[in-house]
Amino acid sequence: MGFSGFRVLKEGLTGNSGWTPQWRDPAPKDEYDIVIIGGGGHGLSAAYYLAREHGLTNVAVLEKGYLGGGNIGRNTTIVRANYFLEGNSQFYSYSMKLWEGLELELNYNVMHSQRGQISLFHSDGQRDVFVRRGNMMRSQGDDAVLLDREGVRKLLPYLDYDNTRFPIYGALYHPRGGTARHDAVAWGYARGADQRGVDLIQNCEVTGIDVANGAVTGVQTTRGAICAKKVGIVVAGRTSQVAAMAGLRLPIESHILQAFVTEGLKPCIDHVISYGMGHFYISQSDKGGLVFGGDLDMYASYAQRGNLPMVEHVMEAGMTLMPMIGKAKVLRSWGGIMDMTPDGSPIIDKTGIDGLYLDCGWCYGGFKAVPASGFSFAHLIATDRPFEAATGFRLDRFRDGYGLMDEEGTGAQHNLH
Amino acid sequence: MRLPCPICGERDRREFYYKGAAEAADRPAPEADEAVWDEFLHLRDNPAGVTRDLWYHEAGCCSWIVVTRNTITHEVLDAALVEDQP
Repeated sequence: MGFSGFRVLKEGLTGNSGWTPQWRDPAPKDEYDIVIIGGGGHGLSAAYYLAREHGLTNVAVLEKGYLGGGNIGRNTTIVRANYFLEGNSQFYSYSMKLWEGLELELNYNVMHSQRGQISLFHSDGQRDVFVRRGNMMRSQGDDAVLLDREGVRKLLPYLDYDNTRFPIYGALYHPRGGTARHDAVAWGYARGADQRGVDLIQNCEVTGIDVANGAVTGVQTTRGAICAKKVGIVVAGRTSQVAAMAGLRLPIESHILQAFVTEGLKPCIDHVISYGMGHFYISQSDKGGLVFGGDLDMYASYAQRGNLPMVEHVMEAGMTLMPMIGKAKVLRSWGGIMDMTPDGSPIIDKTGIDGLYLDCGWCYGGFKAVPASGFSFAHLIATDRPFEAATGFRLDRFRDGYGLMDEEGTGAQHNLH
Repeated sequence: MRLPCPICGERDRREFYYKGAAEAADRPAPEADEAVWDEFLHLRDNPAGVTRDLWYHEAGCCSWIVVTRNTITHEVLDAALVEDQP
């Protein structure tokens, strides 16, 4: 079923009685060519591109809960391509291009809003760093504009420009950055994959990965054994547990990252604002809630809820930056489990076991990567070669130290990202 | 989360610096091969459940402490000085 403005109008006038489910709810078959473990954004996107780009449709996505119930449904929805390092930069640039065509591609309103992302800086030294980053972004073919203090004030008149510790000197403005409706991204990819014949199987937890003679042969699940020639693991914060079923031990530590939303307000914040020195960023959802977040709680956790010290820190940072938000009431806070790698960059690679592939380590930046991650993972699974924009995401880069992508420049060590 | 420092007693989490999995205290010999160093520096069990990790009581007695805790519930089960570990 296609979506269109005409269709919405017609259904609105006829009691919305003509809508049908957007995907099937099939029982698992005994055998597939490819099994994707994890029905989140990245897994659904990978399944979609396997079918769309490679014509592989004998594919199942296995999800232990419901589709899109993990990090794709609990992030802060920022989409940007402002990475600096070779390896990351071309990947996120490619992802942005996929985002820009995504709604037409999927015939689905993912509410992609390129409202502009503004990263503030607070010293001469930080300005130099941002100039360099902006030049890298431009040389990659993306957009970046350096704003001085008055330039920022024009766009964001409500900030406190004279904060004693972090006075605002200016900002790097990324006009193509913005937000998207997170759930709709998962649903759009799910519908697209299902329409092309992929089986999306929910309430199906993988309990084992079968390996014989160094090659994967299938998976054990709570809904029975499923044979498969190829298996892709794309399960975010639970990557270590699923990979351990195949005997793998990975360079990943799972951490909690919290996010917050206020009651709905009239439009007041028109951009995505990133206040790195305060570990704070904010945007306003189309429903009106101010969506904001901070840094990791900085210790290993699977709790999907954080600790109060980080809540306090984020609120303080928000009040410091824009005192006006003090009157807004916080409605909810929640946490997601981030699969953190030592250098803060992801892994899309083979595993050393034939037919077993890994897409993980998205740290705190997985949402914007959903289109290109799925595209690259599908390419890797289908062809056994990495997609050209994702060749840097090797699993063995930690071991040999070659090609580490430490975007923050803090050191490729677990507790620093 | 509050951590029971063996010297100072139960203290706010903000007094502590988190290092990571407790194996960070078992440094390999300098001449150990690449795989051993990779294991030490990067590879982790990353358990969903009981884990042992290393904390530094930065704003207290400056001891290194091995904390046994549950990563799903944030329950703290035990804390001991690294120097007392076998």
